[in-house]
Parts: sequence; structure tokens; C-alpha cells
Amino acid sequence: MSDHAHAEQSPGSAPHASHPPTNYVKIWAILCVLLVVSVLGPMLEIRVVTMVTAFGVAVVKAYLVATRFMHLNHEKKIVPYMLGTMLAIMALMIAAISPDVMKHEGTRWENTAAKESVKRGMLLHPGAHHDEKAPAGDHAAPVPPAPTAPAPAEPAKH
Amino acid sequence: MIRPIATTRSATGVPTGRLAVWWVIASEIVIFGGLLGGYVMHRLGHPDWANQAANTNTWAGAFNTFVLLTSSLAAVLGHQAAEKGDGKKAANFLYLTCLGGLVFLIVKSIEWTTEIQHGMTITSNTFWSFYYTAAGLHGLHVIAGMVIMLFVAADAKKNKELQRVENIGIYWHFVDLVWIFLFPLLYIAK
Repeated sequence: MSDHAHAEQSPGSAPHASHPPTNYVKIWAILCVLLVVSVLGPMLEIRVVTMVTAFGVAVVKAYLVATRFMHLNHEKKIVPYMLGTMLAIMALMIAAISPDVMKHEGTRWENTAAKESVKRGMLLHPGAHHDEKAPAGDHAAPVPPAPTAPAPAEPAKH
Repeated sequence: MIRPIATTRSATGVPTGRLAVWWVIASEIVIFGGLLGGYVMHRLGHPDWANQAANTNTWAGAFNTFVLLTSSLAAVLGHQAAEKGDGKKAANFLYLTCLGGLVFLIVKSIEWTTEIQHGMTITSNTFWSFYYTAAGLHGLHVIAGMVIMLFVAADAKKNKELQRVENIGIYWHFVDLVWIFLFPLLYIAK
């Protein structure tokens, strides 16, 4: 019951100051430093460093925003459970369909359209040396995409 | 005067208005999670996309990340002011947050114009389809947040409905959070 009383807010009144005092500017400064790290790290062009500085740092930044700015760690347990359930559902869906999307062939099947698409992509950019099983994120010279070939005009019907 | 249910009732201990925002975010997790998860899976299956990703402007993406982080700071400072009962200050911080959103959209539109002029359109490659869809959907969320924030700020200025300052702030931080993941996925992984 006390939770209910605490949750009630009258319109126009200041909301309850339920969060501990936080130095928000300091958190913002840390986030900015992390941003610089995530930009400079991948410039070293070392795959492990790129993964850690780009994606690892993104997770840390997201954690800081969620806990310090959104005050998720001071929210009632139902909220993190609710959001966690959604994330779990997403993870389940991705885990279930990823073999079909990421692999282009299996024991008794072959995704010829996807294979053709990769082959076409490689042929358009002969400077890039990728094999299909190589992980994404290899470095290649910036090249604009080739314009899409126009569909052959259909003869006019009279 | 009849008080709205969002401010007077709570079955969970969380004010109903704020709980509603958390539910919005829960549904957004599925929307953006599905989109980004789909992108990651396709990206890992198509190493040739690295050639397309090489064309995105890392510096523009980094600048926009900085802008959104700064706007999030303004939003949380607005919340802090609202907690102290200073509606005018809270409104001013919300206006600053909106300004951040506007700068973000201007940079994004310049970026998109350049890319489209160079032939990188939504139909030129599946990478660009994902790029424009994900960044476009995120941009729409920025616009929605800005519009709502202007309404909340107008009330807050008169010291009315100050609890809404936190609610719109939570939404805005989530929009920032989505961009934190979009940035490395679309601009850094090359």
C-alpha cells in the first residue's frame, strides 16, 4: 500500500525526488570520452580492438544512460523485468532464425539467391578480397555502389 | 476537479503515466531489436556489405552521437529541475533538448542528401535499405519526441504536470540509447 501512496502524484505538483543525487554532467563527460574511444579505436584496424571499442563501449554507454539518466536501477523491479522479458523474446527470435539468415547452405538446402547476391557484391568491387565465410567488418576501399541496372523496357502493347 | 487516472492510480508502485512510458519502450525494444537483429544477421551473411558501409560518414555519425548525448543531459537536468518544483527551468532544459533533436535532424538530412546524390539510395543495395529504414525510423522517433516535448514544456513553464518532464525524458533517453547501437552498426563496422 505504501508503494501506491508513493506512486500517486497530483497534477501540477513536483514529482517525488526519488533518485539519489547524481552528477549528471560527470556522466555526460564519461559518455563523451567513451564516444571518442569508440571512434578512434576502430581506426587501428585491428578486429578485436574494433569489436571492443565499438560494440563493447556501446554496451557500457547504454548501461550508463539506462541506469544514470533513465534511473532504471532505482525503478520498481517490475520495470527491469518487463524490459528484460522483451529483450529475451528478441534474443529467442534472433537465435531461432539466425541459421537461416546467416548461412547460405546446409545439409539439404542451399540459398542460391543469397549466394548470388554475395557474388554480385564481390564482382562489383573487385578490389575487396572477401570470401563468403569471412566475418563482416573487413576493411575495403570506399567505393560507391554501382547504380542499379534499369529493367529492360517492355514493348508497348497496342 | 477530476484527476486523470495516469496520475492517481498505480497497481505496481510505478505511477501509471511513467509505467505507460516503460510499456512504450518495451514495445520499441521489439521494433528496433527486430530491425537491428535482422541487420546484424544479414550483415554477417553478406561480407560484401562492408564495401557499402565504407561510404557512411563516420564523423557525421559521431557528431550526431555527441548531439544526442548532450540533449539527453539537458533532458535529465530538466527532470532534476522538475523534481525541485522549478517548472520554468525544466521547460528551458526541454527546449534545449528539442534544439539538440533539431541539430541531429539537420545533420542527418545533409548526410542523406549527399548519399542520395552519390547514388546510394534505399533501393541500390540491401545495406542501404537497412540504413535508411533504421536511421529513418529512429529519425521519426526523434521528431515525435520533440513534438511531445514542446507540449510538456509549455505546461511545465506554468508549473503544471511536472511529472511529465520525467516521462518524456525517459522516452528521449531511449531514443538516445537506440542511436548508441545504430552508430557502431552503421558507421563504425566497415
